[in-house]
Amino acid sequence: MTADLLRGLAAAARAAAHRADEPCTCPDDGSARTPAGTSAPALVDTPAEISDARTLADRPDGTVVRHGGVVAKAHAPDTDRAGLAARLAVAARLDGVLLAPLDPAPAPLHDRLVTLWPYGTPVDPDDPDAAPWEAAAGLLARLHRAPAGPDPSGGRPLPPMRGPVKAVRAIRRMAAAGPHPAAPVVLRAWAGLPGWARDRAPMPDATTLCHGDLHLGQLVRHPAAEGPWRLIDVDDLGVGVAAWDLARPAAWYACGLLPPDAWTRFLDAYRAAGGPAVPAAGDPWPALDVPARALTVQTAALAVAKAVAAGRPLDEVESCVIDACDRMSGLPPELDGAFPS
Amino acid sequence: MQCPKCHAPMHTYNRNGVQIEQCSGCRGIFLDYGELEALARLESQWSQPAPPPQAYPAPPAPAWGAPQGGHGGGHGGGHYGGHHGGHHGHHKSFGHMLFSS
Repeated sequence: MTADLLRGLAAAARAAAHRADEPCTCPDDGSARTPAGTSAPALVDTPAEISDARTLADRPDGTVVRHGGVVAKAHAPDTDRAGLAARLAVAARLDGVLLAPLDPAPAPLHDRLVTLWPYGTPVDPDDPDAAPWEAAAGLLARLHRAPAGPDPSGGRPLPPMRGPVKAVRAIRRMAAAGPHPAAPVVLRAWAGLPGWARDRAPMPDATTLCHGDLHLGQLVRHPAAEGPWRLIDVDDLGVGVAAWDLARPAAWYACGLLPPDAWTRFLDAYRAAGGPAVPAAGDPWPALDVPARALTVQTAALAVAKAVAAGRPLDEVESCVIDACDRMSGLPPELDGAFPS
Repeated sequence: MQCPKCHAPMHTYNRNGVQIEQCSGCRGIFLDYGELEALARLESQWSQPAPPPQAYPAPPAPAWGAPQGGHGGGHGGGHYGGHHGGHHGHHKSFGHMLFSS
């Protein structure tokens, strides 16, 4: 991200935060500050920060700048414009489940596409115990039950959910990082996944609306800071296998990282809200197995890539995820709804 | 029947499914074959502490999942730290994992 683009992004956020005839009285002049060094939007709402312009995230897959009550996002350089427009239309249509954009059309800025959003208060990264598992599950159930479109105004059909694409990218990133003793373990688990989970074949579901990249950074309260929870980040949203959206918490639980009560609260709330990704009762794992394996492998691949790049050993949590990959290799995936006779 | 000791009439009582004959005179008790063992068994059940309540039996997990101990079963609640006893919510690495793509 060039300084020019960062300044342009801050200017776009400032312009949207204030009417044209209204001078900016925010303490900052609107130019972006340097990133805080953390990828999580770890904002605390103090009055000074509410009216400030600051960079919430600056990564290859997107840069996010906030000014006052507005957030401007520059999407990844390879973002497909029509696909993003279709995803923004869903966010505008499903206001209440997804945070709605201020303008449903992305605007070009330098070589990037920019979208504007109202600011929402994120989950406190220092307090995962306060994670809104029930709210997250309820929002996903509503998303998965919503008609996928195309929207009545004649928009183009929604592209596939990008979860498997992200998994492939993680594997490529691990391979590009250089050799590591855990890499063959991760690749063996990867090779055991069906083609659709590796983006080698179409997903078995092409009609269900999915978020595509659910984690706790994808929830905000709007209006800040006491409003209801909404899902954010539509870049990976699309039609596909809805269980993918449950698969990160499922993987964390399976790896022994997420406590059983948190997983139970999430799963029970999803079922209570009529979520279609798992059967209403009984063992959910035939539906969750492949996506949870894929996200475990993805997490493991990124952990290896980061460890190689930093020249550091895997930490204990990362080792739990690698161990799970190792156990997968001897156990073929469960087949949802198809039991051998 | 009559009491073998004082020959007063004996009355039959049922206590938790066990037939007991008690003498109306000397209050002595007569037990049939096996009834003493049945009473002893009932008593031991009564005095044994109740098994610890399994309020949240571990939800199902896949075969490739962490060994059950890793899920905090019987550890008095979960732990975000995984196998190494890190306390709930205090492990920075998993805390970061919860928030990243």
